[in-house]
Amino acid sequence: MVRTSPVLPGSPVDPSRRAFLSASLAAGGGLVLTVSLPGIAEAGLESSDNQASTQRLGAYILIARDGRVTIMARSPDMGQGMKTTLPMIIADELDVPWTSVHVETAPVNPSLYGMQFSYGSLNTPLQYDPMRRAGAAGRQMMLTAATRLWHVAMSECETDQGVVHHRASGRRATYGQLASRAARLPAPDLSTIALKDPKDYRIIGHFTPQVDGPRVLAGEPLFGIDQSVPGMLYAVYEKAPVFGSRALSANLDVIKAQPGVRDAFIIHGNPAEVMSAGLLDGVAIVAERWHQANRALELLQVQWEPRDVSQQATAVFDRQAAALAEEAPREILRHDGDVNQAFDGAAKIVQGSYAYPFLAHATLEPMNCTAWAKADGSIEIWAPSQAPTAALMLVARTLKLDPSQVTVHMTRVGGGFGRRGDNDYVVEAAAISRRIGQPVKLLWNRRQDIQHDFYRPAGYNHFRGALDAQGHLVGFTDHFVTFSHGEEVALCADLPLEMFPAGFIPNLQFGQTTIELGAPTGHWRDPNYNGLAFAFESFMDELAHAGGRDPLELRLELYGPPRVLAAPPSRRPGLHIPPFDTGRARGVLELVAEKAGWGKRKLPPRTGMGLAFCYSHFGYVAEVIKASVDERGVPRIHKVWAAVDVGRQIINPAGAYNQAQGAILDGLGSALHQGLTIRNGAVVDTNFNTFGLLRMREAPPVEVHFRITDNRPTGLGEPTLAPAMPALTNALFAATGKRIRRLPIDPELLRS
Amino acid sequence: MAYTITVNGARRRVDVEAQTPLLWVLRDELGLKGTKFGCGISFCGACTVHLNGIPTRSCITPISRVGDAAITTIEGIDASEVGRRVKAAWLALDVMQCGYCQSGQVLAATALLTRNPRPSDADIDQAMSGNLSRCATYTRIRAAIKQAAGLSTTDTREV
Repeated sequence: MVRTSPVLPGSPVDPSRRAFLSASLAAGGGLVLTVSLPGIAEAGLESSDNQASTQRLGAYILIARDGRVTIMARSPDMGQGMKTTLPMIIADELDVPWTSVHVETAPVNPSLYGMQFSYGSLNTPLQYDPMRRAGAAGRQMMLTAATRLWHVAMSECETDQGVVHHRASGRRATYGQLASRAARLPAPDLSTIALKDPKDYRIIGHFTPQVDGPRVLAGEPLFGIDQSVPGMLYAVYEKAPVFGSRALSANLDVIKAQPGVRDAFIIHGNPAEVMSAGLLDGVAIVAERWHQANRALELLQVQWEPRDVSQQATAVFDRQAAALAEEAPREILRHDGDVNQAFDGAAKIVQGSYAYPFLAHATLEPMNCTAWAKADGSIEIWAPSQAPTAALMLVARTLKLDPSQVTVHMTRVGGGFGRRGDNDYVVEAAAISRRIGQPVKLLWNRRQDIQHDFYRPAGYNHFRGALDAQGHLVGFTDHFVTFSHGEEVALCADLPLEMFPAGFIPNLQFGQTTIELGAPTGHWRDPNYNGLAFAFESFMDELAHAGGRDPLELRLELYGPPRVLAAPPSRRPGLHIPPFDTGRARGVLELVAEKAGWGKRKLPPRTGMGLAFCYSHFGYVAEVIKASVDERGVPRIHKVWAAVDVGRQIINPAGAYNQAQGAILDGLGSALHQGLTIRNGAVVDTNFNTFGLLRMREAPPVEVHFRITDNRPTGLGEPTLAPAMPALTNALFAATGKRIRRLPIDPELLRS
Repeated sequence: MAYTITVNGARRRVDVEAQTPLLWVLRDELGLKGTKFGCGISFCGACTVHLNGIPTRSCITPISRVGDAAITTIEGIDASEVGRRVKAAWLALDVMQCGYCQSGQVLAATALLTRNPRPSDADIDQAMSGNLSRCATYTRIRAAIKQAAGLSTTDTREV
């Protein structure tokens, strides 16, 4: 199973150096290009996941004799657009018209494609350069084939949209005509391949709708939930409300008597895998139709292993965190300078305690998987997973199969947000199908989906800031109260040591105390920063106001002149922390201020603007929000401005703006509506009635500006999310003078 | 029980229990997978279909209540001129991210534009707020509705 930590770019190793290409003749004629790419570690991007680090990634291009180009899309697509973006890169460098390209979903094949996944905003930084080189190599092979055919020099030939031209003679040959000849050539060295000048791009940088769009709007069965196998039955799987509890018994006879129910049984899993998304105990109900299984579920009574979980409750955690805030942190994570001296000599000390809640992912397509365990022991799986290779390995390990006996088909994914990097639902479907010996579609209902997630962990930050007489920030402490699973800090519940203002003020301390947590945690879009940015950037705003400073001016002063900082030491062995470029931070702050008219607008009463910045997943993002509050305390968001620096190339503006805008609105919906309640060890919320999503009438205009800088292109799935929450709460402070220190926003606190 | 229903202009006979939600009749009896399951309590709109042109949550509509109503799903939306325009705008502006909510969004938008060919932003808010987009594609949904209506796609709401 893959559980990558937030991954950061490290040493600037050029990934293309170690990529290599092989060429072969296609069955039926034509050229097949197979590209072996370096894994994450080799590309200079470090991951805690060894499999991802050591395996090679692959790409696959077929140029047929009729000139049609088939590009295999290697990465799952859950709306972030990788099925379109990665093939665009290849096609542009290959110099073929996008209309001649057919994109196919690649098979899940560890030996050909290595680890296939979509998370961590990693596809763009990992694949942009290798995909360019793969396309360029194909183009060069076409040129070479033509020059050998015509006995002319390479310099006399050029390509144009799938055709090689010889200028002097006017001869031309299509890629389709040349493909079989090209297949007999040695594959070129990818490290020395000539790449296009970006000004000549015809696909990259151009608005390119998703290749699956027409099929989705035709209602074609692309998603996991849509998969169908002849003779397939349907299942629900009920797990313990208290995570990982053993199933002791159930009223299976009652369930088996319900209409349509074919079977009902207890599956025993491994409670040790409760935090790592393995197979857990549960009761499977298998029926002829899913709604029959789901209706029978209403009558299900299960005896779960009793456990003392009275302390496992969000209300208890809140009280514990408040009490712990009065004590010294159990662990000092970072200490710079002399914090005590800074506070002793301060003209003003500011304190603020911030809390953010547990969140479910609530993908609109609930967890589901179709599995077919066959008589020969092999198993075939259709999975809407963000990590299909890891799914294959999890099933093989759990069912004690050789990986070669497990076939996983990637389906389109109805929303991921990090949830589907875990494959618990896949192994459940596999186990149920194995038990009944028939193909089965497992589908979770919404209650199960919310109550059996890998949650964005809650967190509590207790800040103090020391200001001098001029309002300069001279000291900063955070006592971070977070959650542990045994000896370890829970996944995504750790505090990155480079969190701003660390590194930019002389005296700073980050301390930490943990509370033991029974619920599993995981990657939720923009991990760690999705909660921490709210706390840190809100407190920065408090410090600015307390010191009589403009929040933009204070940040610019702290970042100082444009420069690249040395990477700070990492707490995690092997994890490279990237150097931070203050020029890029300043650049987006200044750009968003200009676009939003920061400090220059006359605003009506109870209306304000808020600013926030966050660096995450390689992206530098600053946002300004204008919001007002009515007399009942209900916020209205008028507009969002965002300035985003993800490097030198926006690959597909169609997806890029959509991702940036969507992630911002996702953050706003979370700040306004979302906070799970845990009681007696179980999640209480069951559906969108209490776990709300942003709706159309609440969605403000979002103006996104990309600041193009000469840096490696990086991903957009995540980094615009985190700043949206503090930009909003800072705007609400500007509007009302009331500071929101807890999410979700409670309108009661904002009443006039 | 046997029911004969009219789906996308065709008479279809199904044999299911009376309380079976229309959603599962469409998906698992008739193989029309474009209509999606999201919440099961009519809160998300992923299961939106038209019953006589009215956007309806198929997840809470039992087959026994459908009667003679003309059911339209995403697979049949091309039959209406407005539906074709809405789909064309959706594709041209690349509205979708994951795409899972989009059949419901297109059905809701088609119903809106059929009864109100030039909707205001407030009209769009009212007609579309029952359809959640977890990817929050609201910016483009609004623009695509306006494009399908022949209106400017610039977001002119008060700043």
